[in-house]
Amino acid sequence: MAARVLSFYLLLFLSIAQLGVSLYEDQVGLMDWHQRYIGKVKHAVFHTQRSGRKRVMVSTEQNVIASLDLRHGDIFWRRVLGANDSVDGIELALGKYVISLSSAGGTLRAWNLPDGQMVWETSLQGSKPSKAFLLVPTNLKVDKDNLVLAFGGGCLVAVSSIDGEMLWKKDFAAESLEVQQVVQSPGSDVIYVLGFVGSTQFDIYQINGKNGEVIHHETSNYAGGFSRNTLIVSDDMLVALDVTGSILITVNFQGGKVRIDVKPISDLVGYYSGQVELLALRLGRMFALKAHQHIALISVTNEGKLEVAEKVNSAAAISDALPFSEGQLAVARVHHEDNKVQLTVKLGNDWSTNLLDETVKIDGQRGLVQKVFINNYIRTDRSHGFRALVVMEDHSLLLVQQGEIVWTREDGLASVLDVTTTELPVEKDGVSVSKVEQNLFDWLKGHVLKLKGTLMLATPDDMVAIQAMRLKSSEKSKMTRDHNGFRKLLIVLTQARKLYALHTGDGRIIWSLLIGSLRKSDACGHPVGLRVYPWQVPHHHAMDENPSVLVVGRCQLSQDAPGILSFVDAYTGSEIESSGPVHDVLQVIPLPFTDSTEQRLHLLIDTKQRGHLYPRSREALGIFQQKSSNIYWYSIETGNGIIRGYAIKGSCIHEDSDDFCFEPRDLWSVVFPGESEKIISTATPKLNEVVHTQAKVMAEQDLMYKYISKNLLFVATASPKASHGIGSATPEEASLVVYLIDTVTGRVFYRMTHQGCQAPVHAVFSENWVIYHYFNLRAHRYEMSVIEIYDQSRADNKDVLKLVVGKHNLTVPTSSYSRPEIVAKSQSYFFTHSVKAITVTLTAKGITSKQLLIGTIGDQVLALDKRYLDPRRSLNPSQAEKEEGVIPLTDSLPVIPQSYLTHALKVEGLRDVITVPAKLESTTLVFAYGVDLFFTRLAPSRTYDSLTEDFSYALLLLTIVALVAAIVVTWIWSERKELQEKWR
Amino acid sequence: MEKGKGVMGFGRRWAVEFTDNSAALSSRDIHDPPGFTRASQDQDDSSVSRQKKDAEANWKSQKAWEIAQAPFKNLMMMGFMMWMAGSTVHLFSIGITFSALWQPINALQGVGKVFEPYKDSKVDLLAPKLLFIALNLGGLALGIWKLNTLGLLPTHASDWVSSLPPPQEVEYSGGGFPLH
Repeated sequence: MAARVLSFYLLLFLSIAQLGVSLYEDQVGLMDWHQRYIGKVKHAVFHTQRSGRKRVMVSTEQNVIASLDLRHGDIFWRRVLGANDSVDGIELALGKYVISLSSAGGTLRAWNLPDGQMVWETSLQGSKPSKAFLLVPTNLKVDKDNLVLAFGGGCLVAVSSIDGEMLWKKDFAAESLEVQQVVQSPGSDVIYVLGFVGSTQFDIYQINGKNGEVIHHETSNYAGGFSRNTLIVSDDMLVALDVTGSILITVNFQGGKVRIDVKPISDLVGYYSGQVELLALRLGRMFALKAHQHIALISVTNEGKLEVAEKVNSAAAISDALPFSEGQLAVARVHHEDNKVQLTVKLGNDWSTNLLDETVKIDGQRGLVQKVFINNYIRTDRSHGFRALVVMEDHSLLLVQQGEIVWTREDGLASVLDVTTTELPVEKDGVSVSKVEQNLFDWLKGHVLKLKGTLMLATPDDMVAIQAMRLKSSEKSKMTRDHNGFRKLLIVLTQARKLYALHTGDGRIIWSLLIGSLRKSDACGHPVGLRVYPWQVPHHHAMDENPSVLVVGRCQLSQDAPGILSFVDAYTGSEIESSGPVHDVLQVIPLPFTDSTEQRLHLLIDTKQRGHLYPRSREALGIFQQKSSNIYWYSIETGNGIIRGYAIKGSCIHEDSDDFCFEPRDLWSVVFPGESEKIISTATPKLNEVVHTQAKVMAEQDLMYKYISKNLLFVATASPKASHGIGSATPEEASLVVYLIDTVTGRVFYRMTHQGCQAPVHAVFSENWVIYHYFNLRAHRYEMSVIEIYDQSRADNKDVLKLVVGKHNLTVPTSSYSRPEIVAKSQSYFFTHSVKAITVTLTAKGITSKQLLIGTIGDQVLALDKRYLDPRRSLNPSQAEKEEGVIPLTDSLPVIPQSYLTHALKVEGLRDVITVPAKLESTTLVFAYGVDLFFTRLAPSRTYDSLTEDFSYALLLLTIVALVAAIVVTWIWSERKELQEKWR
Repeated sequence: MEKGKGVMGFGRRWAVEFTDNSAALSSRDIHDPPGFTRASQDQDDSSVSRQKKDAEANWKSQKAWEIAQAPFKNLMMMGFMMWMAGSTVHLFSIGITFSALWQPINALQGVGKVFEPYKDSKVDLLAPKLLFIALNLGGLALGIWKLNTLGLLPTHASDWVSSLPPPQEVEYSGGGFPLH
């Protein structure tokens, strides 16, 4: 009995030891990599005083405020604001603070310049949504305290830059003034607030910057009406467009008197068509007007006359004016010429003078220049030099100085939309001998070093060498397929419509492609990328054929915009083919069939629910028509709360149809009552998931048959009030209902209500279970629930004899129309964290136990064993259950600090986590993306099928050699002794 | 026996034969003394040897029975050791179980050899052999029973379906939220 107890505890200990996936300090970076990004820069402020580190402060469209090293482009510090906290402007104050205005003028923060610590934060309560401006006047002082002026929510607020205390506040929304600009008159404390009342009245307020009192108020009217696109030109003049967008209105408010001049745009730029846009740039006594594919730079003379200084192609970018010496302004203009980029810095006061004219060669895959920021420095010969920070079309950031690109940041990778993976090329013959020899020598040297480490003989220098060797192992970053399937290519589609191929070994970019068919054109105004799918995965011809991916995009954001399809070679990164604009694309359904060239068949569903088959070949059509009677699809209409199921009716009947278009047939619909339920989340099993077995063996050799179907849909609905943020509903009003629906027949298998629970819901579906995460209002805690489904109609397959002989129906193909009997088991637990994403580990054969990967609110990835979410957990599990590994029930799920995959790192702005099986059954690859990228390798049940990388082959070899030597020696010795024995 | 003969053959230098019962009876013309009948002596002689043979056969059959019963002791000891080993799977219990299986199988293979020395026309070896086989089979059964209690025999339905892949589905369905 004692032995039994002992063995049980041993088992328990082993099982607990297995739950952690922790790693040692020196293993960091061995199989994981982490890349930090900031996103597309929208504001930049340089900080380049003579002494100290030169840096540039940027804010980005991913709501990041960062300080970058101007020499290398590294991040000194970085703060990622919340998803709804977009930055309106950043400025420097007092030479030591970075002031940021965010949330449409709602929040003002000061960050310490050297280290990014937040110094103060002030919440500005506006009365009405409006534009937001941040103004840090240099000379506006109240008792040695510099003021920061922030406009947002219809109020102008002055805040002390030392502690963020609000000094005065002026509400303009009360006077129904739509403020367009807030400017400081140079050299005085007067602040001008300019805006419109209604569409025809123009108001100017002169405000004393020290106390917020109105000094002067002027009103004037323009009968034609103002367009809302306005900008300031200089300290005493404003330029606006009229409602029709064809007349330029200049408002001169010098000395408090308002004078309005009108000039038709065609008088200035000649013939044009389309929309006219005033560019939001501060160019001194100039402004930029974008019309008819051109940008016209118009200067204002001292007499108030308008003159066109220059007309450039609209593919150019112009910087704000930079005052660099006594009253002189520099303006940078960047435009493309052939393959090169021309950077010209001109004198703002005299457009004909070029301060700088450089040609820079920039990679064509970066697209057009989007934005440019300039900064000046004094050269050794006391002349002025300029450096330019350039934002490209692919969101990358470049620093150009003296005609060279000093550094580049690939910040497009901060906005990943979708990810897929492909295998690397197979290793081919013809590896040079010298390389092998060198490798052999390195290999031997490495192993000797490792052996020294194992035997504790290594010096500290050796230890450093060992660590460096482990981190820079060439094995993991090779460009060929490996035996274990750890090396793959991650094909990543970003918001900038650029496709990147990243190597899983070290995260380097293998190739990148700005997808040509997804670029702005006359046919497509605002193209967007949507998804990327594996298109062709060659197995039979893996040696001589390259895999390819399908990129699906749209011409506009709206759902009925025409779609664009692009096929890209995954090894070379070149676009093989593209089609578009084609029909609109609502959904893409990869079908489980491939044609003879191993291209996967895809069904693209348009807004009329018609199916379009790709690839467009006779062969694919033949395959599809053969199987079309068993192909179904469904659409979720969140607005009306309906899920509809469709099947194929026949070929399309409208006039411009082709053979590859199919009409839908309405099969079923599930209608949720709109007043009590709103669809908030769904989950389906992954198409590529492999399930090893259909049976679940429980304690006492009991058997349950899992109900495994890829055609299941998990839907979570919540009462309309409970579908918003936490706190919007009381526990009595809130309820959460979960459904399991068969998507072929529309049958609802299971329905459960959680009273007093609400959104957000994150769910994951795998094998025969669903796990979902939601908020319990009654308990004031997050909860996670699990539903496991079993097939009752197979449950009587328990006769051993029949199973031995093979007389059972367990492997017969099943149909959803056979009405399977389902039994569901469910259990709920509390969970500490709120969650951004949930996924589950996938392995090659599905044998390895599963772990949930949870993207926590702290931007980390947490691994949680599925055994904690087992409906069979009970308070006192029986002996047999304990031996089986059922964990005693606890009310909350444990968060084991060692099981954070991201260990000490943060994947800022985490959006999703994906897993890809490696060839090695025990191992899965994990890729988490947000503003940062993180990749690691995970073995949920440890690497039971391979030796660890730390395994010392040299030690093994040494042991074998020693043993063989010992055998030989003892054999000779015994022979000799025997001979002596015989002679005696 | 043989040694005694050897002594008779080589150890003595001389001998006086008082009795001459050689087979060459017909070559002598001396009559037997009155009251002496050769036949009775012959008879007597044969009865002695028969007695001897009987004893040997007895002894053989006794020995054979002993050997036939030997596995019983073994069985008892195995039983005791199995009881000691418990019913969880570990090195000790597996070792004992496999030796408990191996011994009877080994013994059954060598049934003929074990009983060869006691082979005699007068000894009936069938019964001891049967007992021996029965006892060893008992040992084997004990071993198998132990294997079963350890859960190493595929006697449950779960042992036959645990690696059955899930059935294929006839229908295929896809879809979801509109892409955005």
